[in-house]
Amino acid sequence: MIQLKTRGFAVNIPEKLLAIVLTDVQDNEIVCFSSSINLEIVLSTRIPTSSSTKCMVVGIPSLMHLSKGDIVLIDPNGTINTLFRKQSFHNSLFITDRCNSNCLMCSQPPKNFDDLDHHFKINTELISLLPKTIKELGITGGEPTLLGRRFITLLEQINLELPTTNIHILTNGRVFAWKNVVEKLQRVENKRTVYGIPLYSDYYQQHDYIVQVKGAFRQTILGFHNMARYGLRLELRIVLHLQSYKRLPSLSKYIYKNLPFVEHVAFMGLEHTGYAIKNNDILWIDPKEYADELEESIMFLDTMGLTVSIYNLQLCLLKPSLWKFARKSISDWKQKYLDECVNCALLSNCGGVFTTSKVHSNYIKAVTTIAGQIKE
Amino acid sequence: MQMENKIAKEFRKFKPFDFYQTGTEKYYLLPFRFHQINSEKEVIVNEVGDFLIVPIGTARRIAEKEIEYEESLFIDLVTNFFISEKPIPDLIDVLATRYRTKKSFLDDFTALHIFVVSLRCNHSCHYCQVSRVSENRQDFDMSVENLKHAIEHMFRSPSAAVTMEFQGGEPLLAFEKIKFGVEYAKLLNKKYQKEITFVICTNATVFTQEIFDFCYYHEIRISTSLDGPEFLHNANRPKLGTKSYEMVIDGINTARAELGHDMVSALMTTTALSLNYPIEIIENYIENGFDHIFLRPISPYGFALKNQKKNHYHTRKYLDFYKKGLDYIIQLNKEGHFIVEDYTTIILKKILTPFPVSYVDLQSPAGIINNVVVYNYDGHVYASDESRMLAESGDFTFRIGHVKDDYKSLFYGEKARYFANFWSNESLAGCSDCGFQTYCGADPVFHHASQSDLEGYRPTSDFCLKNMEIIRHIFDLIDKEGKQVLSIFNSWVNNRPIIKAL
Repeated sequence: MIQLKTRGFAVNIPEKLLAIVLTDVQDNEIVCFSSSINLEIVLSTRIPTSSSTKCMVVGIPSLMHLSKGDIVLIDPNGTINTLFRKQSFHNSLFITDRCNSNCLMCSQPPKNFDDLDHHFKINTELISLLPKTIKELGITGGEPTLLGRRFITLLEQINLELPTTNIHILTNGRVFAWKNVVEKLQRVENKRTVYGIPLYSDYYQQHDYIVQVKGAFRQTILGFHNMARYGLRLELRIVLHLQSYKRLPSLSKYIYKNLPFVEHVAFMGLEHTGYAIKNNDILWIDPKEYADELEESIMFLDTMGLTVSIYNLQLCLLKPSLWKFARKSISDWKQKYLDECVNCALLSNCGGVFTTSKVHSNYIKAVTTIAGQIKE
Repeated sequence: MQMENKIAKEFRKFKPFDFYQTGTEKYYLLPFRFHQINSEKEVIVNEVGDFLIVPIGTARRIAEKEIEYEESLFIDLVTNFFISEKPIPDLIDVLATRYRTKKSFLDDFTALHIFVVSLRCNHSCHYCQVSRVSENRQDFDMSVENLKHAIEHMFRSPSAAVTMEFQGGEPLLAFEKIKFGVEYAKLLNKKYQKEITFVICTNATVFTQEIFDFCYYHEIRISTSLDGPEFLHNANRPKLGTKSYEMVIDGINTARAELGHDMVSALMTTTALSLNYPIEIIENYIENGFDHIFLRPISPYGFALKNQKKNHYHTRKYLDFYKKGLDYIIQLNKEGHFIVEDYTTIILKKILTPFPVSYVDLQSPAGIINNVVVYNYDGHVYASDESRMLAESGDFTFRIGHVKDDYKSLFYGEKARYFANFWSNESLAGCSDCGFQTYCGADPVFHHASQSDLEGYRPTSDFCLKNMEIIRHIFDLIDKEGKQVLSIFNSWVNNRPIIKAL
């Protein structure tokens, strides 16, 4: 797990500041630069003995997670949040902690305070600081479309400042049930932006139950159709758990018949944290136990010509026929392997597990090769 | 603020499954039809072709509102658009979009333009549906003037993609006309910018290097006739003094070498003699490097068309032939050999996919004029290939005019409007309530030819007998063989072999 947050003692930090890291760690220090106050800021693990007029955060436990080119948010209270890591492919703009759904398995439970202004201000500044060369950028929350009109403003800014970056937006897509919203979105549309939208069942009541909102299924399906009409790129995401696995084959058929325009379908293993811990009894099923439903669904969609991926599931839990669909999807900062995995022949192809998950499958077991053949 | 907090708190409280039921356990019917497929099952089919195979009597139970909310069937009926928990379903717009998609082959109007550049032929096939004339009668070629008119009509079609197909007789005997036609079409296309596919339907026995060079340069596809093993092919397709089979195989192989393997396809005609040899025909296609075969329904146009008894006999024998052939092909696929039966695949696309399927002989509204038109060698314009075959025996019902007539009078004229009364199976007696309606089509030309009635009389219609039985048979296979045969069918629909990982 890579640390994204640390804390020291702030010295002469007047307000929340975005700063670019200028150096790698040298002599227990790194130097950053904040363009809004036009000054250098020193981050240090030591505690200086004499007072200084320099902007500093001192006594930080470790700086090892930072390197040149990263962007951090420094708070007058001494908190240092990493907002962008130059070495990573998993950088995202965090839009809000709020959400208009309340999914049973939410890994990052929504909060009920208004943080939209706060994050919008930071993101506006952050976008202009990001290197123009970054290949991928996520947009996530909470539910990013809660930004309303400013969501479009943000996309316009990205179009302008990051004209070659691929953008991946995670949204529940419910707001797109309104055609006028999609019309506005279409005006800032570009072929580098993909919307990842979840659908958990082909039956409205089951989907609405999982996301805990009446009418969500109808809104999401209409949203898919409205977006497809305007040529927006769509990815469909299915989280696998006790409430979604039974109708997976029916859901796959439903997707092919009613949403054949989605360019990618991702089947996602459960991240066992957040609400998932609280709702463990109604969510947890060992991935081994839904292997048949998963195989049938994926083989069907693949045969019908849709692009399919499996996220967050370990190769040892999947039927070998599905290995080629598995992606190393877990973000680098919260990914690890278990002790058992050390001797696994498939380790280098496997995405490992979430460091954040409280429960792992009982069937995670090293796969060994025998005479060129891979056996469990 | 406190009020807000209260709402937020209530919203964040998890609620049980039942809370999200918005229906009243009552349901309303959406349009659907049904048909019995074997002694135990019937299939219910909705307006867009989605189906469920269910026990006999289920359609009655649905209609009489006997399905209970607790039955798993209830959910399947809702998610597949058979019933709705509200009088107007929430997602009726999705159903509308899907219906529009299924019928979107109509958007493009006439896409297939057939040019009969010559009636001359070097073969004398007994089943020939066109009265061919001998090789040296140049007055049976299309005139340059008429050819130009016809090509200009093709460009008036609203379709962004058109197929220009040369037929005969043997069209390559009038190669100069093909050459002129392709070059004239390309010249006009500088203005119209359509996507044009060129096809020559030939017996593959009169190729020259000049022809190959021309075809290669213009990316022209070759469609030829192969009826199966040598004895069968030669019996069906005699050619004076030479061996037709050897020549066609040689032609196919040379054309593949010159133009590319996938540029050459073959069609078989099922004759009374062919009916005894389904396996041999399939084996012959495989031997000759084809992974597609079209077990083409026996055509009545070359037989005693008005002899219903004889036609029925042939249709039933054809159905046996088709089923034997299909069984064999499915078996080959199970053994890992990818080979596709094309007629089944056309129907499967209608059953298994949400996409439009334009096959001029099996669609509603029918293919005539809507998707195909024929410009005959003498300048007359016909509603389909079969229409001009009728004309050769003196029946001009489906002649819609002459290439010199204006576009509107040909494609939207009195005759076209008259045919329109009979070209949608949604409004034909015996079809309008048929369970297989969305998978089938209307064929006014066939019914005029065989029953002297463009509407047709279903109980004695061979078109109906044949397609009903083929579609029923496909559902019977899906019901009895389940997932294994479905995965083969899905691989045909998508034209790619099943890839077994590891």
